[in-house]
Amino acid sequence: MSGEPSFNPAPIMEHFEAAIEDLGTSHGIHVFAVPPDRIVEFCRFLKDHPALQFNFLSDICGVDHYPEMPRFEAVYHLYSLPKKWRVRIKCHLGDPPRVPSVTGVWRTANWHEREAWDMYGITFEGHPDLRRIYMWEGFEGFPQRKDFPLRGYKDTLNPFGAEGPPPTTPDIATRDIPQGGRLTPEH
Amino acid sequence: MTEVTELSRPQGEALTKDVLLNLGPQHPSTHGVLRLVLELDGEYVERVDPHIGYLHRGTEKLAESFTYTQIFPLTDRLDYLCPPSNNLAFALAVEKLLGIEAPVRAQYIRVMMAELARISGHLLITGALPMDLGAMTALLYVMREREMIMDLLEMITGARMHTSFCRVGGVREDLPDGFFPKIREFCDIFPNRIRDYERLLEDNRVFLKRTKGIGVISGEDAIDLGLSGPNLRASGVDWDIRRDEPYEIYDRLEFNVIIRNEGDCYARWRCRVDEMRESIAIIEQCLDQMPEGPFQIDMPTIAFPVDKDRVHCSMEALIQHFDLSAYGFKVPKGEVYSAIEAPKGELGFYIISDGSPKPFRMKVRAPSFVNLQGLFGVTKARYLADMIAVLGSLDPVMAEVDK
Repeated sequence: MSGEPSFNPAPIMEHFEAAIEDLGTSHGIHVFAVPPDRIVEFCRFLKDHPALQFNFLSDICGVDHYPEMPRFEAVYHLYSLPKKWRVRIKCHLGDPPRVPSVTGVWRTANWHEREAWDMYGITFEGHPDLRRIYMWEGFEGFPQRKDFPLRGYKDTLNPFGAEGPPPTTPDIATRDIPQGGRLTPEH
Repeated sequence: MTEVTELSRPQGEALTKDVLLNLGPQHPSTHGVLRLVLELDGEYVERVDPHIGYLHRGTEKLAESFTYTQIFPLTDRLDYLCPPSNNLAFALAVEKLLGIEAPVRAQYIRVMMAELARISGHLLITGALPMDLGAMTALLYVMREREMIMDLLEMITGARMHTSFCRVGGVREDLPDGFFPKIREFCDIFPNRIRDYERLLEDNRVFLKRTKGIGVISGEDAIDLGLSGPNLRASGVDWDIRRDEPYEIYDRLEFNVIIRNEGDCYARWRCRVDEMRESIAIIEQCLDQMPEGPFQIDMPTIAFPVDKDRVHCSMEALIQHFDLSAYGFKVPKGEVYSAIEAPKGELGFYIISDGSPKPFRMKVRAPSFVNLQGLFGVTKARYLADMIAVLGSLDPVMAEVDK
């Protein structure tokens, strides 16, 4: 920690210039805002740059800022095993949310992205196997979105759920999974 | 009898077919409710597809409607073998957001309990992996020692499993009278007991045959798949958050980081056994160094009144207690990611606060969830029986995988 040189975002900003935004350090982690179309390139740069070597992907998660816009966010936490640095990458997404998959950079992204898809309905384009991971096949809606009620919707098995149909029934465009992946069985 | 001597017809069409086998969700060797859909060619495993979510309780969604203090019991139920370290990870994240630090004594108590939890978690897998592979005896012995840890935790917290002992800014209570001799006794006994397990298994031919050289994960694959904790260190990657990003008082403690280079099931088992020794050393250092002093931060807006009797006779203390229980405390706007070295690996909490007493978003980076992906990186695990060894050695706790 103290003996290590601290993280310097200069080489990153130099390479990407105005395309990304440096949000400074928050609670010991440097934060970048990256547009969705540059995310794969950005991750690969951070991983392969010899002075950075962010070779460990800690986590990917979705965030729903409903009713604010842009509503969704994909947040990536990276760690550099050789340098002992952490960075956070924030990627603001529209609605329906789509972002290229980083499974080509780290294989561990596979399940993280499946979870974000399952819980928030974020489509990771190019993901090899984008299926639900926690919820069962055929589950309607994305349970961790802010407009999804905590106890779900009322049906025969769930008498305590909220009344009414899901407010954001996922449209076909969001449910459509890029070629190469297996589709969640529709009903 | 019909004669089927050839395995393919003259046209080259195979007579055998691949079989899909459901291993679990109700199978003792899946350590909970994990279902592996295995594509088998005879006894060979061609493809593995883990299905998880049978224990999904929506911890993250629930947390959004709970106050920060109420979330502690939820974190207990992640990796239920070692609740104190889950509590610690969550408390650290919230403390970072608040910009506070627990008193030194509280930090020692937390670290000591987290290490007890590590032993408890590692003990179980030390016995459960051999049990999956047919050596039943070890499990019965490790349970005896786990019971000692349970008793110690019960002595401190009153609970055996779901301790919920950490609070934001400290711990719930001070250590009870008569605790030190008990834990010293445990520290004296335990290293010999580790030796016993080793003697049971180190030269056990069946155990060695089924773990050595089986399920090898290379260092690069392990990093690529995001493994952490003993699973990563067994593949020769030298990374331990306790040493590399020291939290609490770990920078005052001396311990070795156990590394093995083989990356096979045996190395992962071995790593855990050796880590238990280090944990005992850490606990002993904590006991030696633990200072007297407060166990909770002196901030009435965050910490519960220390003296519970005062709550019954002082209006201010009653209001403070009620206010904190009913409404919680406000946490400044911001985002934090804080990770600790939990027994299973990197346990991270990513919390987004909107300034209210409830988190806007809480994401748990559960080590078991990520470690389970190690199944995709193993080599030298051709047989169905090897999958059992690999699964056991990766040590997933399904409650943590499913959150």
